[in-house]
Amino acid sequence: MATDNRINFWRRNVKVPGSVQPVYGAQHPPLDPRFRRTYPKDTKPKFNNLKSKKASSFHEFARSTNDAWDIDDEEDEDFLRNPSPTPSGLHSSTQNQQQQNEAGDAESAVSRGLSSPVTQAENLQNVQEEEEEEDAECEHINGKVIKSSSDAHLRTSSVHSSLQKQQSLPVRPIIPLVARISDQNASGAPPMTVREKSRLDKFRQLLASPNTDLEELRKHSWSGIPREVRPITWRLLSGYLPANKERRELVLKRKRDEYFGFIEQYYHSRTDEHYKDTYRQIHIDIPRTNPLIPLFQQPAVQEVFERILFIWAIRHPASGYVQGINDLVTPFFVVFLSEFVTEDVENFEVAALPLDTQRNIEADSFWCMSKLLDGIQDNYTFAQPGIQNKVKALEELVSRIDEDIHNHFKRYEVEYLQFAFRWMNNLLMRELPLRCTIRLWDTYQAEAEGFSHFHLYVCAAFLIEWRKEILSMIDFQGLLMLLQNLPTIHWGNEEVGLLLAEAYRLKYMFADAPSHYKR
Amino acid sequence: MGSDEAYNFVFKVVLIGESGVGKSNLLSRFTKNEFNHDSRTTIGVEFSTRTVQLSGFTIKAQIWDTAGLERYRAITSAYYRGAVGALLVYDITKHLTYESVERWLKELYDHADPDIVVMLVGNKTDLESERSVPTEEAKDFAKKKDILFLETSALESTNVEAAFTNVLAEIHKKVRSKAVVRGSISAVSLNSHRAENAEEKKPCCRNI
Repeated sequence: MATDNRINFWRRNVKVPGSVQPVYGAQHPPLDPRFRRTYPKDTKPKFNNLKSKKASSFHEFARSTNDAWDIDDEEDEDFLRNPSPTPSGLHSSTQNQQQQNEAGDAESAVSRGLSSPVTQAENLQNVQEEEEEEDAECEHINGKVIKSSSDAHLRTSSVHSSLQKQQSLPVRPIIPLVARISDQNASGAPPMTVREKSRLDKFRQLLASPNTDLEELRKHSWSGIPREVRPITWRLLSGYLPANKERRELVLKRKRDEYFGFIEQYYHSRTDEHYKDTYRQIHIDIPRTNPLIPLFQQPAVQEVFERILFIWAIRHPASGYVQGINDLVTPFFVVFLSEFVTEDVENFEVAALPLDTQRNIEADSFWCMSKLLDGIQDNYTFAQPGIQNKVKALEELVSRIDEDIHNHFKRYEVEYLQFAFRWMNNLLMRELPLRCTIRLWDTYQAEAEGFSHFHLYVCAAFLIEWRKEILSMIDFQGLLMLLQNLPTIHWGNEEVGLLLAEAYRLKYMFADAPSHYKR
Repeated sequence: MGSDEAYNFVFKVVLIGESGVGKSNLLSRFTKNEFNHDSRTTIGVEFSTRTVQLSGFTIKAQIWDTAGLERYRAITSAYYRGAVGALLVYDITKHLTYESVERWLKELYDHADPDIVVMLVGNKTDLESERSVPTEEAKDFAKKKDILFLETSALESTNVEAAFTNVLAEIHKKVRSKAVVRGSISAVSLNSHRAENAEEKKPCCRNI
């Protein structure tokens, strides 16, 4: 599998925690243990209740669960091996974690200093105007959106002082959008900084070419994609949209038709005996997917999610639908929708869009999500070996880069699986605001195997981020509750940028250098 | 975060049952007195605590919540380890969720301590008009299986307190009768010396 080669190093001494035995009902819908012991990928599913005509065609397509499109569609997968480091993100590193925290602040100050002198004032003004806009927006929304209790300073303060502000918040903050999904406020936005403008120009230039230079695109995407060009850039980076401009319309049409062909052919079978449990689970999970965001309470949107997830599940019987996969549709949907939305996305009435547009957003979300899941499907197959391995790898990585934390966990009997399971299953989406996830995915899609491999380093960097809080928590209960409720409510591009820089540093040090930090 | 107060015991209690029956809201109702219409699906394990007084003892209830979906059985054994109590929850309006109770019981006894205190909980009594599981039927079943039984509504806060405290009281009874022995820090230990060291936090023991 994709992950294996990459993290082979870590698997030398790895034992899968617990005993991975066939467990009755580990598959969803549940298998009957009398009829099978294991569930290998190429096992022919039972179709006793389907008409034979359907059965053969379904069987065919269930076997070919590779949702990648034809070879000639797939662009040159010449991923950048060593993306250039972000300018503000890297200092010559020191081992001292405390210095790293301070350096983080210094780095962000430096990056602001790099742009024109006007920007710092502009940034502050940006923030103040945004705060005002947030106030205005919240009045409209019937209190459904949780207003951030931020003030202008929070944007520029370090994460740790914001922790103090949040001590008064409920122990388990449900992560709201904080009134904006996208990293930049589109409506009536203050003028861009010079730096932002030049980045956008660079992207536009790359995207204007008749044959997009994907390597260049990835290189620039690593540091974040400007909102205006994110929809098309994501489509290109995921391999969905051909780099060759001339072919795009044709390919898009074909893929979109194909998806709706699936709907026509298979969606009705959600009431069939064989699939109704899958459908039922999806159906009760969708309303619980982004419950605080009005956008996702719209029936039109919920139906889109149901279709996408159901079709994906039946095309991937090795895993079927697993809770957590529902979250993975969200960023694609939001980003593709944002192309048509000038005001705030999270309250946008999707049904107001032309039907064609809605359908295209749906189909594109399906295909891009499929592509993402292709690289991490073993996270969701029987016994979830992908996740078990990744959590184990995280533990090993942390034991090498931060012995204090590792020993602290050992001392208080905190197991990595108890908090990091969710980090791997949901790609940190439950620990970060949606806007941060979107920014994170810019980099994940720029990286080779970002969702499976780089994610590990991001998790490690994320954990170490909280080392002060962790080390000062001296009982099991407190530790676990901290780790499951990390205060990232106010995080934005800046914090994610620093996190990514640190993750990159870790990866650079460990990925291909097994002899480093050997015990 | 709870490490300040002294407590005599820590009891690990797990919530189990089908997806969507209300485990997470039972947890939040008991530990934070909150009901959340906007709760998300539980991923992996989630965790909360509350300290109660029982017969003059201070008991910290360490309550674990997990996804009902069977896919998560990958982390099952870790989940049950050290648990001394379990609330097996079903939804009184969804008969299917009650039908799986037998299976959940089996899994429980396969993985958890044989002396674990179990309560069958029929949740969502606020939806009485949609009831599909008769109280008497469930009560009889519980009696037959020698487990406790209560019907609750996390939404209206009915019987939630009682459900948890009854389970904790039963555990406490068993523990005090020294009928059971434990070994994990996350559950009570009858080795009182160990319990004192492990659970009662004294600042002087910190060496950070």
